[in-house]
Amino acid sequence: MRKFLASAKFLAGTAASAVLFSGAAARADQPREWEISFQDPATDLMRQIERFGNYTMWFIVPITILVLVLLLVCIVRFRASANPVPSKTAHNTLIEVIWTVGPVIVLLLIAIPSFQLLTAQYTPPEEAKLTVKATGNQWNWDYEYQVDKTFSFNSAVLQDGDRAKAGKEDRALYPRLLAVDNELVVPVNTTTRVLITATDVIHSFAVPSFGIKMDAVPGRTNETWFKAEKEGLYYGQCSQLCGKDHAFMPIAVRVVSDAQFKTWLETAKTDVPAANKALMAEIDGTKKVAAAGN
Amino acid sequence: MAEAAAHDHDDHRPHGWVRWVYSTNHKDIGTLYLIFAIIAGIIGGALSVAIRMELQEPGIQIFSGLAQMVYGMQGDAAIDGGKSMYNAFGAAHGLIMIFFMVMPALIGGFANWMVPIMIGAPDMAFPRMNNISFWLLPPAFILLLSSMFVPSAPGAFGPGGGWTIYPPLSTSGQPGPALDLAILSIHIAGASSILGAINFITTIFNMRAPGMTLHKMPLFAWAVLITAFLLLLSLPVLAGAITMLLTDRNFGTAFFVPDQGGDPILFQHLFWFFGHPEVYILILPGFGIISHIVSTFSKKPVFGYLGMAYAMVAIGAVGFIVWAHHMYTTGLSLDTQRYFVFATMVIAVPTGVKIFSWIATMWGGSISFKPPMLWALGFIFLFTIGGVTGVQLANAGLDRSLHDTYFVIAHFHYVLSLGAVFAIFAGWYYWFPKMTGYMYSPVIANTHFWVTFVGVNLIFFPQHFLGLAGMPRRTVDYPDAFAGWNMVSSYGSYIAAVGVAIFLYGVFDAFQKKRVAGANPWGEGATTLEWQLPSPPPFHQWEQLPKIK
Repeated sequence: MRKFLASAKFLAGTAASAVLFSGAAARADQPREWEISFQDPATDLMRQIERFGNYTMWFIVPITILVLVLLLVCIVRFRASANPVPSKTAHNTLIEVIWTVGPVIVLLLIAIPSFQLLTAQYTPPEEAKLTVKATGNQWNWDYEYQVDKTFSFNSAVLQDGDRAKAGKEDRALYPRLLAVDNELVVPVNTTTRVLITATDVIHSFAVPSFGIKMDAVPGRTNETWFKAEKEGLYYGQCSQLCGKDHAFMPIAVRVVSDAQFKTWLETAKTDVPAANKALMAEIDGTKKVAAAGN
Repeated sequence: MAEAAAHDHDDHRPHGWVRWVYSTNHKDIGTLYLIFAIIAGIIGGALSVAIRMELQEPGIQIFSGLAQMVYGMQGDAAIDGGKSMYNAFGAAHGLIMIFFMVMPALIGGFANWMVPIMIGAPDMAFPRMNNISFWLLPPAFILLLSSMFVPSAPGAFGPGGGWTIYPPLSTSGQPGPALDLAILSIHIAGASSILGAINFITTIFNMRAPGMTLHKMPLFAWAVLITAFLLLLSLPVLAGAITMLLTDRNFGTAFFVPDQGGDPILFQHLFWFFGHPEVYILILPGFGIISHIVSTFSKKPVFGYLGMAYAMVAIGAVGFIVWAHHMYTTGLSLDTQRYFVFATMVIAVPTGVKIFSWIATMWGGSISFKPPMLWALGFIFLFTIGGVTGVQLANAGLDRSLHDTYFVIAHFHYVLSLGAVFAIFAGWYYWFPKMTGYMYSPVIANTHFWVTFVGVNLIFFPQHFLGLAGMPRRTVDYPDAFAGWNMVSSYGSYIAAVGVAIFLYGVFDAFQKKRVAGANPWGEGATTLEWQLPSPPPFHQWEQLPKIK
């Protein structure tokens, strides 16, 4: 499907060098260089969005090509030198009915899966097991964990000067403008409800690989949910213009195993930095073990 | 142009500056509008090139220096000021291109010039109101430009909330006077457009020549009639919304202040109730122009004339009930989103009718590829691309991933920058010989087309990719992974800027060489009334009303 999207875009007439550049160093969770389609899905919902997006390409690419071909045929066959005497036809009821009804059918074919997708986005498969509240501020996020003992912390863009201290010197894993000081930590395969609001101006909470985007509006609480399928670090950015540092309030979600989350949560209730440090050490450790095992 | 018209000696004719400033003549006012649109377009285009220069590479390069130069800021303040300046450039680019370039060019310029002639009327219904319609625009434009130089947020200058000026960013987020100036600018530009709309509706309904029924009226006049209704119905809503914004900002009201019982989302509903018809206001006159050009250069009447006219009526009508598809991520309920998905998709049907009818007009024709036709062909293809991505965006489920990303930027620039602007240039090259009496160099016009075609596609096609990959719009800096396509896009904008220079040179060349165009340079295909008059038309036309069979 991803390949189809790529080839469709290619047909639509772009510089195709993209295909050559993409693909290397595939990380599931953040934008890649010369990328020409969606980031890899990390939730079932995003997979559905991608599938539906590709499905629409099956209609819109042929339609665009049809228009292009018809234009080219007109240009070649009906140029003045090839066809000096123009016809005077200005009506044809049948063809007018066809090009009215045809698009209606195409739109119906698009609408049916579209409504299914939309409904799925508002129908979590189960009651959420974890609720976090994301509050947008100019220009950072507050995350509040609504567990037995509610606690919260602030998450802001990682400054280059703080990389060493935070142990986040790997710029591939912690990219500029995407990495934050304190990630939102959630357990894998767990339906997580996100309540979203803001304190000052409108922000928007978006994680592309989860397929979620919800505005953070002062004075109201919006709700969305996700169920991440794979452990890892996922990045998004504030998606509503919110002033000077709109480009500098990323969203980073660290999806961890159930056990890791439980450990982290217990420490985080009292000491978030320590919990994060321990979590990172453990993840690094398991990675090294996995690497050695390969 | 003054020179060209100075040959005929009409006793009642004003001369010198009085002719232009006091003008009640629809052709002179149309000319003023066109000159105004060109100047505004150059300024708005320069802003966008500055934006693309900034985005050519990751990091903040251009705007910190600009803030230093323009606002005299130093060090970190210059970087912060530069970020805000970037936002102000984005807002100003959008507002200028919409209110001061596309609308004045299509409605004030071409419609003012051609609609009275086409329907066989001596002038507009309210010539003095026509004068004030135009002369409201320069002060509005000056207000917007001056807003760039006054404070908005602390340490920032210029209205930095995008052209959509959502509160609270446009109220408590930017307490300085910049936003007040921008709001007043939109008020005045809006008043100008409402007056123009009243004028067009009255003219078209009451001043058609004997025998010209509505169903015989040229499609451009149809397009302008529908556009005028959209303006008349939608602009007052915008005026109300930004008046509430103004009182929220200055007089302690709380229409959009959540902690005092207001609602920021209310503004978005009001804004888009105007904003969505507005995008049809920008494109419908272009539809009309393209119909004329395709028919003229195919030497065939427009295929399915009534279908074409009522497709525009349908687009205009349905355009009023789809506004919240700009707001899928604001927290609208599921049922609300379902409705807006459905309503939005409906618009694709009449739009498809138009595209196919243009092709059918060409089919069987005897097509000559003069510059206006080249631009019209470019329009049809590029507008189709913008149209089909619009169908994708209509689906709220998919829009979840694309909303507020560069995919949306790519989509609306394909329909506006490559749609409306291509229609403007098509109209320019179609009617320039009629308006001035001079023929431009077709070589320069064709070069202008090809350079612009390559440039704008390089700018906007890669932005689809950026949007799919998740790059949010309106950011001054971006993660390094987005660098590649941004670089391509920026180079495209430099090519498009060269295109503008070629355009201006072509205008200069035409006035310098003074090649006489003749009454009808386009031959038998050009059947509307303007081609029966000399080029340029006399100061007052149709003193004997034409009879339409």
